[in-house]
Amino acid sequence: MNSKLSILTKGLFKENPTLVLILGMCPSLGVTTSAINGIGMGLATTFVLVMSNVLISFLKNVIPNKVRIPSFIVIIATFVSIIDLLIQGYLPALAESLGLFIPLIVVNCIVLGRAEAFASKNNIFDSLLDGLGMGLGFTFALFLIGFCRELLGSGAILNTKFIEGDGILIFVLAPGAFIVMGFIIAIVNYIQQKK
Amino acid sequence: MNEKLLQVSGSPHIHSGESVKKIMWSVVLALLPAFLVSIFYFGLPVIILTFVSIASCIVFEYLIQKYMLKGETTIWDGSAVITGMLLAFNLPANLPLWMVVVGALIAIGVGKMAFGGLGKNLFNPALVARVFLLISFPVQMTSWPIPKPIFKLGADVVSGPTPLGILKEGVKSGQSVESIMHNSDMPGYVDMLLGQMGGSFGEISAIALLIGAIFLLIRKVITWHIPVSFLLTVFLFSGIFYLVDPSYYANPFFHLLTGGVMLGALFMATDMVTSPTSASGMLIFGLGCGVITIIIRLFGAYPEGVSFAILIMNALVPLINKGFKPRIFGKIKQ
Repeated sequence: MNSKLSILTKGLFKENPTLVLILGMCPSLGVTTSAINGIGMGLATTFVLVMSNVLISFLKNVIPNKVRIPSFIVIIATFVSIIDLLIQGYLPALAESLGLFIPLIVVNCIVLGRAEAFASKNNIFDSLLDGLGMGLGFTFALFLIGFCRELLGSGAILNTKFIEGDGILIFVLAPGAFIVMGFIIAIVNYIQQKK
Repeated sequence: MNEKLLQVSGSPHIHSGESVKKIMWSVVLALLPAFLVSIFYFGLPVIILTFVSIASCIVFEYLIQKYMLKGETTIWDGSAVITGMLLAFNLPANLPLWMVVVGALIAIGVGKMAFGGLGKNLFNPALVARVFLLISFPVQMTSWPIPKPIFKLGADVVSGPTPLGILKEGVKSGQSVESIMHNSDMPGYVDMLLGQMGGSFGEISAIALLIGAIFLLIRKVITWHIPVSFLLTVFLFSGIFYLVDPSYYANPFFHLLTGGVMLGALFMATDMVTSPTSASGMLIFGLGCGVITIIIRLFGAYPEGVSFAILIMNALVPLINKGFKPRIFGKIKQ
């Protein structure tokens, strides 16, 4: 049972896809202008990760080795379409602010990476845990980056503003994303080295 | 003392007597004329702002060095003082002081210490902070006080545009350069040379900056390569456009004397840490800075591009160093 738990928790911190493996940089930098955006993106990706991991693990003996990457992409794209339409239907505001980044989950290397590295080699339950762990780790990282950028960039916590006017605008723009991400990764490295 | 004299070490054995400390303090000395001119035109705020900037740079350097990097205290080598001074020189004189402190934190924390301290930084720390502030607080960073000699009484802080700002706005609204030049806000060339124009307070007086730079050249702190190639490129490149269409592009003297070109070319681009090591590399570096500056000025969204130009070329320095290695002493060209 302990090993099952470690499959779930390794994505959260030790092998956090964004902060340790440095995967999925495009959404991590692009959509994290606010904490809510970060959570929305993270949960959408988590859904895709869990579902595609489960299905790929289920079909791993059927998929021929030579065409496995295209097959994975088709499976992932299916779930991305589902979540894309769901968000558009029920959370139009979120769909508006995430924009193109939802369809782009298809090419997110975390999803394909887990499919290739984990789901195609392990059983269904482990793959589910792995997808869930990785997805939540991704969500956590995006929330963290989004939280810092929102706090510094627009002076707000979870969309509640507590200052007048603008914050330090650069944190809402692209350079701020790189700076915040760099420092968070540095802190994570520092903590891990201390252990 | 005798023991020290007898120590045998690898070459070189002759020491010029230079040290980081000496170099840094001569740069501070070289910046003084420009500092005095800006006090003359903008008065007390200049002194306060410069003091706050230098003090917060030193404090941040001390704190980061002591508690995060856990190294020796480096505040006495003067590099933080220069960063603080150059940062202040790049700001409008009426900027809120807390923004200056944020700028100092970015300059020292992100621009310098995050890379490992003096000698390891990729970008000029003061410019990193300036660009950071410019993007973060566009309103405050572009409202320039009107220069007014200290003995003339009158309204305290009136903000006005910089010559480059006037030019950009004018060209955008379709006026010809000649009519923009006759705009009442536009300073004459003598004023530009002496420093009576709007702008960041350290960049206004070309003469004072040149005096400082000549001092540095005589002290051999900087070499002529970067300033000359930077300024010459600005002059020639804007000159080409001027010759093509004088009613749309301003003449090259205007580009040379306004904005941060002088300060940038003489003091920012020549920063030893962030510029190439070989003479030919320095020439290329200056050329790139000049070309990018003029391209941003003529075609970009910002009226001024010196700080962006220098930062972009800073990023290319490792590449330039690789391509233009200094000739190894005694080696014959094959």
